[in-house]
Amino acid sequence: MKFHFKTDYDQDIRMFPDWWNFSLYAALLVLALCLPLLIDPFFLGEATNVLIWATAGLGLMLLTGQTGQVSLGHSAFMALGCYSCVLMMEANVPFLAAFLLAGVITGIVGALIAIPALKLHGVYLAIATLALAILADDIIVLLKEWTDGVNGKMSPPIDLFGYEISRWNNPVEWYYLTLAVVLMVTLFYRNLLRAPLGRAFAAVRDSEISAQAMGVNVAQTKTIAFGISCAITGLGGALMGLFAGAFNNETFNFLLSIQLLMMIVVGGLGFIHGAFLGAVVIAFLPQVLSMTTDLFGRGVAIPGLESGVFGVILILFILFEPMGLYGRWLKIRTFLELFPFARKDMFKRQKSYLKTERLR
Amino acid sequence: MSLLEIDSVTLKFGGLTAVNNLSMKVEEGQVFALVGPNGAGKSTVFNLISRFYTPVSGSITFDGKDVLKLAPHDVPQLGIARTFQNIELFHQATVLQNLLVGRHRHRQTNMISQMLHLPSVRAEERAHRHAVEEVIDLLDLQPYRNSRIAGLPYGVRKVVELGRALASKPRLLLLDEPASGLSVEETQNMRWWIDDIRRHMKITVLMVEHDMGLVSKVCDRVLALADGAKLAEGTPAEVQSHPSVIEAYLGTNAVSKGGKVA
Ligand SMILES: Nc1ncnc2c1ncn2[C@@H]1O[C@H](COP(=O)(O)OP(=O)(O)OP(=O)(O)O)[C@@H](O)[C@H]1O
Ligand SMILES: [Mg+2]
Repeated sequence: MKFHFKTDYDQDIRMFPDWWNFSLYAALLVLALCLPLLIDPFFLGEATNVLIWATAGLGLMLLTGQTGQVSLGHSAFMALGCYSCVLMMEANVPFLAAFLLAGVITGIVGALIAIPALKLHGVYLAIATLALAILADDIIVLLKEWTDGVNGKMSPPIDLFGYEISRWNNPVEWYYLTLAVVLMVTLFYRNLLRAPLGRAFAAVRDSEISAQAMGVNVAQTKTIAFGISCAITGLGGALMGLFAGAFNNETFNFLLSIQLLMMIVVGGLGFIHGAFLGAVVIAFLPQVLSMTTDLFGRGVAIPGLESGVFGVILILFILFEPMGLYGRWLKIRTFLELFPFARKDMFKRQKSYLKTERLR
Repeated sequence: MSLLEIDSVTLKFGGLTAVNNLSMKVEEGQVFALVGPNGAGKSTVFNLISRFYTPVSGSITFDGKDVLKLAPHDVPQLGIARTFQNIELFHQATVLQNLLVGRHRHRQTNMISQMLHLPSVRAEERAHRHAVEEVIDLLDLQPYRNSRIAGLPYGVRKVVELGRALASKPRLLLLDEPASGLSVEETQNMRWWIDDIRRHMKITVLMVEHDMGLVSKVCDRVLALADGAKLAEGTPAEVQSHPSVIEAYLGTNAVSKGGKVA
């Protein structure tokens, strides 16, 4: 077992608490940077896909895992990020500017939508945002002058400072582009968590009443969380559309929102690691499924199998492992560190008071 | 001018008058107690000061400023911090993070600089840490610094909640039943802390407490409340021996509370 001896405050404020921790993530970064040397272009494409999912998932994680607000409308914001980025690129805005602006636009629109939507709580918010996701599908079709409706759009080639990056010819560059985006998002995310705003998110998630009593403006904090969340998810959406080569309204239908939610729940709500673990699951599950159906069904396609399996996994996690894969790992690690002194009830959830009784 | 002035405040929940034409003044430097049987309206008075409820009539001023004009999240900005009867901590966060939320009203950096973790943010974090560390030392919370609230025993949570309120460096501290559910030693500690808070930190305290032993030891002034209205006000001894106070307790809650008044 490791003990942290605290000698100054910076140990808690720093990004990495100690050398061991720092070396671990440094090694991970080196591995990520060397990945193109280690695997073939097909698997590199899969890795890129995982990172794109992780980007979008980090967006929803900030809202649901950190601030406690459930959204089933994030597919709409992925669409907004994607269409606004591509439309700007078609209008000859340089890729980098178009991409970042798409994030900003999605963030602002998200925050504006949040102002009325966040008056709703829990399951009502989930339903309202789900309606938004379904609506987005229709809006894309209605705006066919810009979006080309159901026919969809071809993703324009990415031109980064004169270098063209196409998925098929430059898988390595694509991978590095995505890696850069996800690293940037993770860095901002991590920085927020160790700052007053990140603590305000957690305060709103755990007790709105006492957040207020400590001076946290609950409505404003939720709106900011929604805005940042949408901005990040918008970036993920833009990457997803560009990576797909072509996209239409179906690319961003509401099932995507549900997959995104499943991803962060399975990965572990409230943990940055959770978004990455969830992304691995979501990116590889379809492959695993088609491999198993090939094995048993000899090519018989079962309609809705994928969504069905996703749903079952989500329910199983909510019932048996609400802390997700990352939570499971934390438990195993604690168990090993404390062996043989771990107690069974160490991670038990505490009963909390009913909301109606809270003020008395 | 008193620090906190409540003037003829009335609050109704449907047909129930929870606070009935209540007036009271808390002077700077005092430790002031609100007592009364269950359902008397004590917590409701706190919730009125916190702006969770808006009275039908009356006024509340703090240091001359009209509290009723403020939104709930602006009240702490005046220098008013509180605890809750049923403990309202951020249960997924650590003790340290909970205390740091107490510093929220002192934050100065904006969202963008926080995202980039600019040097100004780090300097601010250090200052917050320093302030919180003083509270941790005062309340002996060192062993729990990085524990999540969800795994802590009740007595410790009560202390963390007090710490979170103190971390905001308030001028007025509202404590809703600080000793309820605590053991004899824990209650003893609470007594020393309240003394310290008043003497060394120069914070005015308004508290609700059923334990008359504690009240008579730490408070200079007591107001007894029943059915939302003022029964008596004065020193602890005066209030305890006031005929209508004795009647209110013995008449309605003779068994549960009778012993504590006498
Ligand atoms: N939000 C509410 N809605 C309706 N009635 C309420 C509400 N809050 C409190 N009451 C009622 O107002 C009355 C005063 O409640 P309050 O919580 O202020 O009592 P208290 O003096 O703090 O009692 P206790 O010693 O049990 O904490 C009670 O009858 C209570 O049921
Ligand atoms: Mg009460």
